Amino acid sequence: MEAVFDNVDAYLKAFGYTLALFLVSGVLSMVLGTFLVALRVGPIAVLRWAGATYVTLVRNTPLVIVFAFFSFAAPTLGIRFTWLDVHIDDYDFTALFGAAVASLTLYTSSFVCEALRAGVNAVPLGQAEAARAIGLPFSGVMSQVVLPQALRASLPPLASVQIALIKNTSVAAVFGVAEATAQMRGFTNDFSSQRLGIFVAFAIGYIVIVEVVSLLSASLERRWRAAT
Amino acid sequence: MRTSVLFDAPGPRTVRRHRLYSLVALVALLGVLAFVVKRFYDAGQFEGDKWEVFVTPDYVRVILVDGLLNTLKMAAVAIVGATVLGAALGVAKLSDHAVVRWPAWLVVEFFRAVPVLLLMVFTWYFIGINRDGGSFWAVVIALTLYNGSVLAEVLRAGVNAVPKGQGEAAYAIGMRKAQVMNIVLLPQAVKIMLPAIISQCIVALKDTALGQYVVAPGLTRIYKEIYLEFNNRVPTMIVIASLYIIVNLLLTALATWAQKRFVGEKKPLEVSLVGNLEGGRNA
Repeated sequence: MEAVFDNVDAYLKAFGYTLALFLVSGVLSMVLGTFLVALRVGPIAVLRWAGATYVTLVRNTPLVIVFAFFSFAAPTLGIRFTWLDVHIDDYDFTALFGAAVASLTLYTSSFVCEALRAGVNAVPLGQAEAARAIGLPFSGVMSQVVLPQALRASLPPLASVQIALIKNTSVAAVFGVAEATAQMRGFTNDFSSQRLGIFVAFAIGYIVIVEVVSLLSASLERRWRAAT
Repeated sequence: MRTSVLFDAPGPRTVRRHRLYSLVALVALLGVLAFVVKRFYDAGQFEGDKWEVFVTPDYVRVILVDGLLNTLKMAAVAIVGATVLGAALGVAKLSDHAVVRWPAWLVVEFFRAVPVLLLMVFTWYFIGINRDGGSFWAVVIALTLYNGSVLAEVLRAGVNAVPKGQGEAAYAIGMRKAQVMNIVLLPQAVKIMLPAIISQCIVALKDTALGQYVVAPGLTRIYKEIYLEFNNRVPTMIVIASLYIIVNLLLTALATWAQKRFVGEKKPLEVSLVGNLEGGRNA
């Protein structure tokens, strides 16, 4: 444990990267996931089919392979993320970070899509019928009536998707982002006699982030339940 | 809700408009696909010699035996271990004694909230990074602990989903606590849990790929070995990903079948989130 206390700035910086990965890809995956669910329940058969194929393929691929795609295959397509070169304080967000965010976003958005679709299916039939009866077009039915209710119904599964994302940010370690798990491996390598303490210290870091997100979702759920 | 409820049956003008949208979407999708294929083609990734390895019997054997079989072995051992651990922790979480319940709750919450990869790295160093087969067991142990904790939560939800009258009736005819659990509640809960357990197998199988970070055997290692030898990253990736996807789709089909066969039209299990403070009590 002393190894962590002595290098507390390295520890915090590593979790800074973890948080940055989580926040950026969390927001992006919600956006992309909402877009995907619109495709999947929409009237255009080609897009429904494309959305379904995307979700099926990505959901069944290990995240490591998605990462590998952005590290090895995407450069051939001209997707390189070398344009990403942001430095805030002593944090460097460069190509590796960009590739990690892209992988996490694409992977997580398929789960967001499924969670939202389950929510859409949970909205009572009469709601959409009533919305159509007053003459709303598809976009209006979705944005004014169905999606707001679907979002409430899908809050618990969405929260577990986002919690899974927090844990999945650790995969970025395999592909060279200096986030918490990579730092933990580094510490364990350098101070192998303290491996248990180091493990506990990093586990606690993750648990704190997970608990904050799950408490947030629980309080949102309570508030929204009161509103219905 | 059926999706068709969301929009009216299209009239002639809308049908025309939808046809136009479909055409545009199709062209755009095919365009993207063509672009991807062309770029890979230009980079020489579709040349015969990059793919030849996948029809060479010796390498096919390497991929299937050293790769797929090892991956499946890790996943299978982990799932068996996780089922045993999950059963023990799940029953402990349902115990009437707080002394048993709270430690089980703590263990389950801890391993559910910690990334599997972090667990893997720790177990790997704990076993000793130079020990033979150490990385294999690091993957198995990490996956067992994580999936066991998830399955404990599944078991608890499954037992709670058995209609209350079943347990009450069992008590009424004079069964003891252990009998109620073993003879009445668990057999019914297992049926409800089966789809969730199979879905967890998919999670475990996908997570074996994380073994790459602790140099474990399996598909991801074969992936590296093959592309280093033949410089064919894209074809290898396509093949390895397809293998994962095929096995996972088979498992998904099995889970759907189990859901239909054993659970019927009832809703699938809802497992509580990590950090659920109610989890320690008998809800």
